[in-house]
Amino acid sequence: MTAPSMDRRVGEVVESTSTSFVAQCYQLEGAPALGGLVRTDSPDIYGVVGSVTTEPLDSARPVLARGQDSDSEDDVIRDNPQLARLLTSRFEVYIAGHVEDGVTHQYLPPRPPRVHSFVYACDSDEISSFTTTLDLLRLLLNSGASHSDEIVGACIRQAAASHDRPDDFLALACRTLAVELSADVARLNSILRRVSP
Amino acid sequence: MTQPNENNGLGHGRIATIEGMPLGIVIEGSVANGVEVRLDPGVSVEQIKVGTFVTLQGTNNRFFGVVNDVGLGSTDPRMKFTPLPADDPFVIQALQGTVAFGTISVLPQLTLPDVLGDEEGPTAAKSIPSHFSRAFTASQEDVENVFGSEEDGNFWVGSPLDMETKLCLDLGELVKRSIGVFGKSGTGKTFLTRLLLAGILQNGEASSLIFDMHSEYGWQGQDTDKGVTVKGLKQLFGAKVSTFTLDEEHSRRRGLSTDETVHLGYNHIEPEDVELLRESLNLSEVAASAAYNLREKFGEENWLKDFLDAGKNGSLLELAEELQVNAGALRALYNRMGRFTRHGFIVEHSRVDTAAQIIEHLERGQHVVLEFGRYGDDEAAYILVSNLLTRRIHRKYVEAKESAMGGVGKEPRPLVIVIEEAHKFLNSAVASQTIFGIIARELRKYNVTLMVIDQRPSGIDSEVLSQVGTRFSCLLDNERDIDAVLSGTSGGRALRSVLSRLEAKQQALVFGHALPLPVVVRIREYGPKFYETIQGNDTDEEKKRKVDELFA
Repeated sequence: MTAPSMDRRVGEVVESTSTSFVAQCYQLEGAPALGGLVRTDSPDIYGVVGSVTTEPLDSARPVLARGQDSDSEDDVIRDNPQLARLLTSRFEVYIAGHVEDGVTHQYLPPRPPRVHSFVYACDSDEISSFTTTLDLLRLLLNSGASHSDEIVGACIRQAAASHDRPDDFLALACRTLAVELSADVARLNSILRRVSP
Repeated sequence: MTQPNENNGLGHGRIATIEGMPLGIVIEGSVANGVEVRLDPGVSVEQIKVGTFVTLQGTNNRFFGVVNDVGLGSTDPRMKFTPLPADDPFVIQALQGTVAFGTISVLPQLTLPDVLGDEEGPTAAKSIPSHFSRAFTASQEDVENVFGSEEDGNFWVGSPLDMETKLCLDLGELVKRSIGVFGKSGTGKTFLTRLLLAGILQNGEASSLIFDMHSEYGWQGQDTDKGVTVKGLKQLFGAKVSTFTLDEEHSRRRGLSTDETVHLGYNHIEPEDVELLRESLNLSEVAASAAYNLREKFGEENWLKDFLDAGKNGSLLELAEELQVNAGALRALYNRMGRFTRHGFIVEHSRVDTAAQIIEHLERGQHVVLEFGRYGDDEAAYILVSNLLTRRIHRKYVEAKESAMGGVGKEPRPLVIVIEEAHKFLNSAVASQTIFGIIARELRKYNVTLMVIDQRPSGIDSEVLSQVGTRFSCLLDNERDIDAVLSGTSGGRALRSVLSRLEAKQQALVFGHALPLPVVVRIREYGPKFYETIQGNDTDEEKKRKVDELFA
């Protein structure tokens, strides 16, 4: 496993449950993409980004539209430098597996990540080695998220790009999905169409 | 249906003969209905054909069975109502073999011994393999293990479906019981029969007597599809085969010399024969039974001659009164018999006992083909001659066997009597009377069995049919015929679907006594290659004799 580097560190756990956690980004709009694989440090827990939210830090002070007199969107940010301090990006991560005694398991860890654990975006080596088995798809399908099909689709698409032979990976992923969703062909079909190259 | 020889890309067939191809896993089943195998994602249902041999590797046993149905299944019953992008190969590929899959149902027939070459052969399967047992196409070794190999002296009759393996028959076992060759017209019954007869001749364990209705077996026959002539038994086996003919002229016209010409005397015809001919001569029951009264009056030797003489002299009425038979019936009998006895092969008195001649040849280990020439199309002549001769031969065999049992004389050589259009003399109305009915029922004990060739097996008496040990069935499409052929066979329902899907030519479903399990056979080609295998086996003596024959 490559050592986590500073430049891949994207945020910090701020809320944690057995099945998912929420991390706050260090940079506004700095969240990983939907379906991206991330991991926490100490303990090593892997997860898939399920949703990204950008909102005011203080819920009592809603964001107002400010660009009426500006020429471009960039001008809005430049003219209001305080915005970056008033807003924040958070992302929710569904736990997809963990490492225990050096062995990667694709099932839930005994304990969720601690709050303030650092969160890293995985590089393509890490993604391809973690996704050689795909039991995580079952965790994602049963995550309870209202848009779990989208998360699964995005996860497969992103992971495929990290593999040397994306077609083989896609075929494996689709077969795994077909087994998981053998009793619901309509749902299976909708996900397949999302990952179809 | 695809051609049997085609190679369908995955090497099914060629590879399968070397090593069984994995097919799938057992998912459910029962002894009564066989097991259901779910095909592996890589195996297409289109590759598997009904009738293919399969081995199932259970936990402790290996089973050998036959595919009797191929089906499509899905894990989600709603799939048929879900619109799916059928033209998107990506989606379809993912669904195939997972959500939508192929199944085959396999009837385990035999349990194979754990160690090949073990003393014990395969035994009938009394259980089924457990869940998740792997299914494979049967390898060449498996097939040889089950059906025997040519090296062990069995006769190569053809190949199983989609395999190049030689499928062999134990001819010794085959001739122990009666044999049936069925199939509608033009499906290759004659070729199959010729092949089997050649096998029996080559094997030499039994003699055969062939009532050759259309003169196809003796010297040469016709392949009407290819428009070529094929060699008959005489051409292949020379002196091992004697040909008798009813119609010398016909043989001469065809440029053949026959060994004997058959003449039947009035003295050879018995009232039982008349009874048999009742239907073909259109005689009433009363008229036919009058023959018995005549025999009583005139005696066994002369009844027909004296009766016909009486008719010529115009004294039929007196005769009717004397015998207390209806005069009209007697006249009818006279007319029909008078017409019938005008056949060229019937003479007033014949001292030559053709049956004895035939037996003499048979005892010498020869095989006899009786050609009917132009009388072949005359049903009455065929029935009369075959019955008459067979009855006498039967008598001799019973005597011989009985004295052999008493310790005097030797066992008579096993004999196979070949009859065509069998339903004419084995139908339920006459089967109890004809000698063939008796042979079919009991003569196995006396070393005589029948080979019946017929296109309407439903016309054959069910009791007789049930005694037919080994059945070769080419394509049949009449429901009643199919029922008749499969009657008394376990797993008949499964075989029915196999039988009705046979190809129109060169394929036969073979089942019964001589085989451990029913099998669809692609019949071996009867042609130059086959002749070579027969003629290549000549002994030196035989070769010398042939040379002599050629230059005599």
